[in-house]
Amino acid sequence: MNDAAPLLEVRHLQVDFHVGGTVQRAVQGVSFSVARGRTLGVVGESGCGKSVTSLSIMRLVPQPPGQYAGGQILFDGDDLLSLPERRMRDLRGGRIGMIFQEPMTSLNPVYTCGAQIVESLSVHSGLKGKAARERAIELLDLVGLPSPASRVDDYPHQLSGGQRQRVMIALALCNDPDLLIADEPTTALDVTIQAQILDLMGNLRERTGAAVMLVTHDLGVVAQTCDDVVVMYAGRVVEQAPTAALFADPQHPYTVGLMAAVPRIDAAAGRLATIPGSVPPPWIEAKGCRFASRCPLADTRCRAESPPLRDLSAGHHVACWKAPIEAAA
Amino acid sequence: MSQMLEVRNLTKHFPVRRGVLRRVIGKVQAVNDVSFDVAKGETLAIVGESGCGKSTIGRALLRLTPPTAGSVRLNGEYVLTLPTAEMRKIRRQMQIIFQDPYASLNPRMTVADTLAEPLLLHGLATPADVQDKLAALLETCGLQPWHAGRYPHEFSGGQRQRVGIARALATRPQLIVCDEPVSALDVSVQAQIVNLLCDLQQEFGIGYVFISHDLAVVRHMARRVAVVYLGRIVEEAPVATLFATPRHPYTRSLIAAAPRPDPRQKTARAPVQGDLPSALAPPPGCAFHPRCPMAEARCRTERPELRLLGDTKVACHFADETPVASTQSDSAASDLLQQRLAVLEAARATKCHEKEPA
Repeated sequence: MNDAAPLLEVRHLQVDFHVGGTVQRAVQGVSFSVARGRTLGVVGESGCGKSVTSLSIMRLVPQPPGQYAGGQILFDGDDLLSLPERRMRDLRGGRIGMIFQEPMTSLNPVYTCGAQIVESLSVHSGLKGKAARERAIELLDLVGLPSPASRVDDYPHQLSGGQRQRVMIALALCNDPDLLIADEPTTALDVTIQAQILDLMGNLRERTGAAVMLVTHDLGVVAQTCDDVVVMYAGRVVEQAPTAALFADPQHPYTVGLMAAVPRIDAAAGRLATIPGSVPPPWIEAKGCRFASRCPLADTRCRAESPPLRDLSAGHHVACWKAPIEAAA
Repeated sequence: MSQMLEVRNLTKHFPVRRGVLRRVIGKVQAVNDVSFDVAKGETLAIVGESGCGKSTIGRALLRLTPPTAGSVRLNGEYVLTLPTAEMRKIRRQMQIIFQDPYASLNPRMTVADTLAEPLLLHGLATPADVQDKLAALLETCGLQPWHAGRYPHEFSGGQRQRVGIARALATRPQLIVCDEPVSALDVSVQAQIVNLLCDLQQEFGIGYVFISHDLAVVRHMARRVAVVYLGRIVEEAPVATLFATPRHPYTRSLIAAAPRPDPRQKTARAPVQGDLPSALAPPPGCAFHPRCPMAEARCRTERPELRLLGDTKVACHFADETPVASTQSDSAASDLLQQRLAVLEAARATKCHEKEPA
């Protein structure tokens, strides 16, 4: 994460939603960066703001009710939040590709898979007619769709979930993006298909050297595919570290609880650790640490002051007054 | 041990109709010749990928989808042939928890209405004591008394699943079919619900048929596991045996494909290629042969029957020749994680003790 200049740098991003006369803060002061050729995992549970963060990079948060209330998103030096819409449109599907969770709802059901890829090619790369169609077939072959020459004329509903996700990946990659944003790309898929798709994404990253931002709730997927990890809780980054460091030495009480709650396929059964309580809803304005209500270590300071993200060791950042936890014991 | 639930040769085919005359042009063989037993207080997990027929098995044995053939016995009584009135009595003993509690709870009924209905209907409570029974039920499932007056949309996913569990538990059943009860939940909530289900089983001696695609959850919940592929059980074994020595190549690839939440343990490259074939036209011979890394000519023509190998039932021609050692290094979570967890739990314990002022 500290190599050269990062391709994408998110600084103090803040996204609000105006709902029924109240302001809900979905993302509050999130910062991270992704370098070329690296994969950043963004993990958290539903409602933690991970999807809003990834949509913000594409500037796809609907406005209203959404509003970018502060911060910057620097992509190769340009601030995406102040870019004119026309240039933003060039980036989407061009230099920034995106893969969504549910390929059935993100592919257009009334166009063939080929037509959707051809459209993107002609808009962004100026490839037309037969050349574009041939490139589309080539791409479908690259992502491992069986018999791509005939499948190119299939509609999304004619494909299985895994095949649709392959088409989605072909679409995201068709203009050789520098940055690929994948929002829960394998959540709707079976494990054997998930393994195939993750392999595919790994291979493509090696070939193209793109930066990848992988949004997921699955710590297993993070452990297997990411170089660095950002853990989000209730709209904030609570911990950020290289993957190996995070899993070997989790610091934030939330990260510890999350890791302990994952049932493991490779260890004998036992009672699962839980985090009592649930995520505070975004309309409850919290002064202190957002995790304080569920944290056994929380004291008066935690409830009054929000902890800043601070450096514990090289590249390992934690937003917790109590970290490192050993000292508190 | 006498079995509480005995399922024999359960089969469900859905007709496929086409044209103006709605002629039957084929059938989807969702469930084929499935047999298993569940003892009192035991959990049998049914594992497989989407479309393998695992949910249909659950629905068919409760007669929510009438099966095409086969028999289901609960405590010796043949369930599938019972007349409606008799069936209603048996339903008290067999309940189901669905994956999406939002879709399975009536949005116009409060939690109290939803839970009181089965209690009154089955004569388990009178209008006089229904409130007390309800309060006890809510408490058992980790809900607060004031939740009773709320509607399903006012709950979070985890709480809603607790309501779904309370509804199933209301009639004090002997058997609950859990159809992916934790798949839609976040990890920390999932752990709460898994623990709740385990506690309830211990307390009331309920048998679970636990339908899931998640082998890690299954490893924590089940005593025995049946792996289903394209409507048939391909392997059934006690949970420890299944994970230590998976015999069927499909089971092995399912275990290998699950990403380990540990960066030191790299998951093998995608162990199987391709998709699940259509249940409309299952492949001849062994249904897994088009994706199987060790398929031979015999597998393409001759369907392997389930046979006993040690305490494993497996349907594979080459089950006894296959490499049995799975890459099993029981590496628990990192030491530091364990230490920190201990610190947190100690702090939580003292906090419960003191109830320190905010």
